[in-house]
This record gives sequence, structure tokens and C-alpha cells, in this order.
Amino acid sequence: MSRLLPLTPALVSAAIAVSFVTPADAYTAYVTNEKDNTVSVIDTDKLEVIKTAKVGQRPRGIVMSNDGKWLIICTSDDNDVKVYDAKTLEYIKSLPSGPDPELLTLHPDGKRLYIANEDDNLVTVVDINTSKVITEIPVGVEPEGMGMSPDGKVLVNTSETTNMAHFIDTTTHKLFDNVLVDSRPRVAMFNSAQTQLWVSSEVGGTVAVINPADRKIITKINFAIPGVEQESIQPVGIRITKDDKIAFVALGPANRVAVIDTKTFKVLKYILVGQRVWQMYFTPDGKLLFTTNGASNDVSVIDVANQKAIKSIKVGRYPWGVVVSPK
Amino acid sequence: MAWSSNAAAQTAPQPIPIPTPSSSSPSTSPQPQGVTVQVLYVKEDREKDLPLSLLDQPDADDGIAGAKLGIADDNTTGRFLNQSYKLDVIEGSLDDVLKGAAEKVAAGDSFIIADMSPDSLLKLSDAMKDKPVQIFNAGNPDDRLREEDCRANVLHTAPTRSMLADALAQYLVWKRWPNWMMVVGPSPNDQLLADAYRRAAKKFGAKIVEERQFKVDTGNRRADGGYEQIQQQIPQFMQGAKDHDVVLVVDEDEVFADYFPYRTWVSRPIVGSAGLVPTSWHPSLELWGGTQFQNRFKRLTGRIMRPIDYDAWVATRVIGEAVSRKRTSDFKVLHDFIHSPKFDVAAFKGVAVSFRGWNGQLREPIIVGTPKVLVSVSPQQGFLHQFSVLDTLGIDKPETKCKAYTQ
Repeated sequence: MSRLLPLTPALVSAAIAVSFVTPADAYTAYVTNEKDNTVSVIDTDKLEVIKTAKVGQRPRGIVMSNDGKWLIICTSDDNDVKVYDAKTLEYIKSLPSGPDPELLTLHPDGKRLYIANEDDNLVTVVDINTSKVITEIPVGVEPEGMGMSPDGKVLVNTSETTNMAHFIDTTTHKLFDNVLVDSRPRVAMFNSAQTQLWVSSEVGGTVAVINPADRKIITKINFAIPGVEQESIQPVGIRITKDDKIAFVALGPANRVAVIDTKTFKVLKYILVGQRVWQMYFTPDGKLLFTTNGASNDVSVIDVANQKAIKSIKVGRYPWGVVVSPK
Repeated sequence: MAWSSNAAAQTAPQPIPIPTPSSSSPSTSPQPQGVTVQVLYVKEDREKDLPLSLLDQPDADDGIAGAKLGIADDNTTGRFLNQSYKLDVIEGSLDDVLKGAAEKVAAGDSFIIADMSPDSLLKLSDAMKDKPVQIFNAGNPDDRLREEDCRANVLHTAPTRSMLADALAQYLVWKRWPNWMMVVGPSPNDQLLADAYRRAAKKFGAKIVEERQFKVDTGNRRADGGYEQIQQQIPQFMQGAKDHDVVLVVDEDEVFADYFPYRTWVSRPIVGSAGLVPTSWHPSLELWGGTQFQNRFKRLTGRIMRPIDYDAWVATRVIGEAVSRKRTSDFKVLHDFIHSPKFDVAAFKGVAVSFRGWNGQLREPIIVGTPKVLVSVSPQQGFLHQFSVLDTLGIDKPETKCKAYTQ
């Protein structure tokens, strides 16, 4: 069942004003559809799907190469990571990943790809140019979230059953600290200043904000939404605005995105989006945020400045990951 | 417009370096002191009829394998915290179990996962009464162990008959199949399970339109041939029943229920102990990260995961969760934490599972599935509860007869 987003006339005109007043650069958003084995390609100016391309089996985590030429996708049921041409969506090559890769992150050097292998309790590091495994790092049970520090020196991996954020030094590829968080940590995200690491705990229903310098938990953010049962508030995706002021947290089956002040850690509001919202991605200009809504087969578009959902775009079945091209 | 200037003003602050061991200052966080936790799994030998289907034949390590996986998971986590876990296993008669458990507890085991008959479990509980021991009942669905015979030193990770019956009942009511024809087997367990279904029907507004006792001696599980007679027997048995939506077959030991699908007098779905079955775990569950969990189990054992494996795994995960959160092996600290309302744990059910404060029963979603796939997960939408919807399954606080937990 798909639920329509409330589009008030005022919002519609605001949305039109966006493209009229400041003709935003047209970026391209790519959404992996887990059930369909496809990627939906969205024009972020028109806010519509312009293409749907077949990819490998069970596509989930998705990133782009730094030059925007390659789409790199975890094709979980193929037990590898596949590289596609971002323009043509043509298959280029497969990268070794170990079984059942789910999430990945690319080092700022543009070469080293870090992949969470849920089935093997490992983080695999692959050189995307040579397609060779550089090393494997043993972590906790069911590694999932992958947060890279903006300077590329530290990678944080979360393990879902061990309930930890593992801090990995990307120079030595060794763990140097582990922080216990609430149950089933899914996503780790640094702010730009590297003064905060946000970790979402899906079953615990909280987000831990950790100080990366001493690995102490600064605060734990709780959520409460009137009329929504506590058990369905399951934080997953996290995005922090470039200026580090506002964090967006996707709350899964609560069908909301929480907007949080990163100074006070107060929840400013809950934005109603589609069903079972998991992953999110900003447009490079920071104006729009795209959310994947797995259970309603759509993507919600959030106007970042106004903190409002302005459109819902129908994509394939069980949309999972999303990335927006740098140009 | 204000919003566009805000957006345009966004510039990223410069990253402040994070101290790492390879940078100037080495990590100063001290290595916590080593902690070892000893867990004992006890399995009492019992006489039991073999299930009807070759596919359902028990394995010698049923339950034990789940505990082994849990201990392995806990040890993976423990590696990062300087904590380790050890599993002892005792299999044998009640006397073997009581004697062995006493020795192991004297040697430092403080958590016992038990797969025993109800009376034997009570004897074990009484024998451990004044010792620093927490027992987890992973093998027995008897409601009385959580009610009139509840014990303060026993928590229950196995679901009760009332939880299983309620889970199926909720689905049937949601599906608007409220008229049940109930066929009950001859064993005492079947009578208890039938009671649970009678209670569930009343609780959720379904109706048992007719009950029949299935007293036919099932004989040996196999015989050369056999189907010819069954094909005649079951339709005859079902002839002339009052109008019903489903046939609810109550056969806890799985010795005859699978005779019913496709052999009824009128064409109706079979639910209960065959067809659509409520269970704490399903070997095909892949939701909520279940795939990796199933794969790990299969790599360890070479077989599928059964409900008792899951129930035992949950017990080990509860122990591991408490130890990793409290960073100690101190029994009292762990015991009090596990028994506190703050305690919960992720267990591949989509929501956290926890223990009911009034009788020590694990509060968890129950799967409703066919032999091959999951059909639904209860509680069903629309069944509400003032505290937790999970408490719509089984005996709720106002109804409990348990005294040991309400001091």
C-alpha cells in the first residue's frame, strides 16, 4: 500500500519556486531496488525517474567513485561488488568482496573501498583500480555500518550482534578502540569537523553521539512520536548537513525522519515520509535529501532548509540504498 | 527567501584530527581486566515418540547447537572486551543432570540452560535454590512453569503454549477465519495445548465450533505402505463436522497432525500442529538480518536451525549482552541487570526481546508459518496493549498466578 505525501498548495508552489528562483544543478540520484535487481535513476531537477537499469542480484549499499564516473554497488546475492558506468549503467567489472556484502564506503583517496561482510565478521579492503583485496580486518558479529572520517584517517564499522562501533586506523588497518552502543547498530556517520560520530541503534531505538577523540559517548538521543508505538521507532540512516548544524535520522518503520540540532541534541521535528525509511543522501548543494522507503517502494525528497518532504517518487520494489552524483 | 540563503551559506568546517595509535598520541584507554563466564547446558533424556515426517527427525545436538553458536557469537564480541565464555554440556537422566550440575556449579558455572521435562526442571530449580545460579528454560512450553509453579531462579526463553496459541489465533482472527474445528490428540501435552487454544479463541473472539478427540493409535512412524489406510481414515474421521473455516489440529509431538492436510472431508486449511504453525523460530526466516544468523548456524552444524536451537541461542545472547554491558562476571550484577526492566536484547525478531517482570517469560514476536516459509509474524496489527503489544501473546500481568516474581 502506498501512502501519498500531503502536498499542500503552499508547498507545491515552494517546490516550484526552488527550480525557478535558483535553477539547481541537475544532479542524478541512483536508488538500488533490493527486490527488483535494478537501479532507478532520478533527475534531481525534475524529481522523476528517467531510467531503470538491471544490475546484479539483491543490490543494497551503493557509492560513487570520487570522479562520479563509476557506480559501485553491493550485489549481495552475487556475493560481490559490481561496478557500473554511471552514465550508461553498463556493467564494467566485479570487485572481490567476500560473501553477502551489504554496505561500503570509499576512502577519500578514491582507491580504497571498505566493505562490510556480514557473513564473515570481516571488513574487506579492496583497491577499486586493481580490483585486488588489500586486506581483511576481523571485527564483531555481523558488521554493517561503515563511517569514514572526512580526513580518511579513521574508519568506524558497526557490528549488529556485537553492538559495537569499531574504530579502525586506516593507515595500519588495525582496530584501536571499540565502543558499546545500543542493540543492532546500523549506521555510523562523522560530522565534517570530526568532533562527533553518530551511530544509530535500530533495535535499541537510539542514536549514540560519540566523541571520536576519546571515544566517550557524549549523549544518547531518544525518540518519541505521538501515536507511533515505541517498538517501531528504529533509527537507521544518518546524514549531517555540511555545516554540521543539523542531523537527519531515518526512523525505519516509524515512517519518519527526525531532524536534530547537533548542538543541543534536541529533536526539532519529525518529517513524515514513506514506509520503512532506511538510507538517505544529500544533493551536493545540500538543498535536497533523498530517502529510500523500502516498504512503500518510493523515495521521499526532503527540502533541507525547510525541513519538509516535498515529493514522493515511485521507484522499484524495496528501495534500499541511494547516492547522488557529484555533478 | 530565507531557506535558500541558509542552504547557500553551508560550508564544511575543517576536520579536527582524531588521535589514533599511528598518529602521535597512542590510545590510552586501559585494557579491561579479563572476565570468564561459564555456561552449562543440560539435556534430560526423555522417552518420546518420533515425529511423523523424516524431515522432522530430531538431531542429537538439538538445542545444544544453538547454545554453541551463541557462545561463539559471545566470544567474538568478548574478544574486544577481554571477555570469554565457556560452554559445558551434560546429557543424561535426571539424576545425571542433578549430580553433574551440582559439580559444574561448584566449579564456577553460573548460568544453566535447561532442556528438561517440567517436573525435572522444578527439581533442578529447587536444587539450585540458594546458589548463585540463573536457569534458562529453553526446552519446555508448559504455562504452569511460568504460573503456579514459577520459580525465582528460572527464566524462560522457550515460548509458552499460550503464546503460541495466541499468535496463531491472532492471525486467524485477522484473516477472518474465526470458526475452528479442533482435533485434539491423546497425549497430556495435547490436552494442555488444546486448553491454550480454547483460551485463545475466547481471548480474541474466535469460536471452536466443534471438538473431536483423535484417539486412533498411530502405531509406528513408518510401515511399508500405510498411506492407503490413512487416506480412508482421515476423511471418515472428519465426516459430518459443523461448518468451519479451518481445522485446528492439536498434536504437540507431531505424531499424526501431518495426516490431515489434503485428507479432510471438506476442503479446509489445516492449522496448529500441521499446515500453518506458530513457532519461535523458522528455518527460512531471513528478515532482520536473519540470513547471516541462519548461515552461521548452518556452517557450524550442517543443518537447519530448529526452535529449540533458537531458544537456547537467545539464552546465551542474554548472558553475553549482560556481561558485555556490565563488563563483569559478578553473578549478582548480571542477575539483577537481566531481571531489571531496563534489560533487552536484539534477537533477529525486528524488535528487542525482554523478560516479563511478573513471571520471567521471554517477551518476543512469534512466527506463523508453513513448513517452508513464513506467512506472518504475531502480534498482528490492530491488537493493542497498554504497555507492549508483545504482551498480547500469552499470560499477561493481571492474569498471572506467579508469586515468586512479585515479592
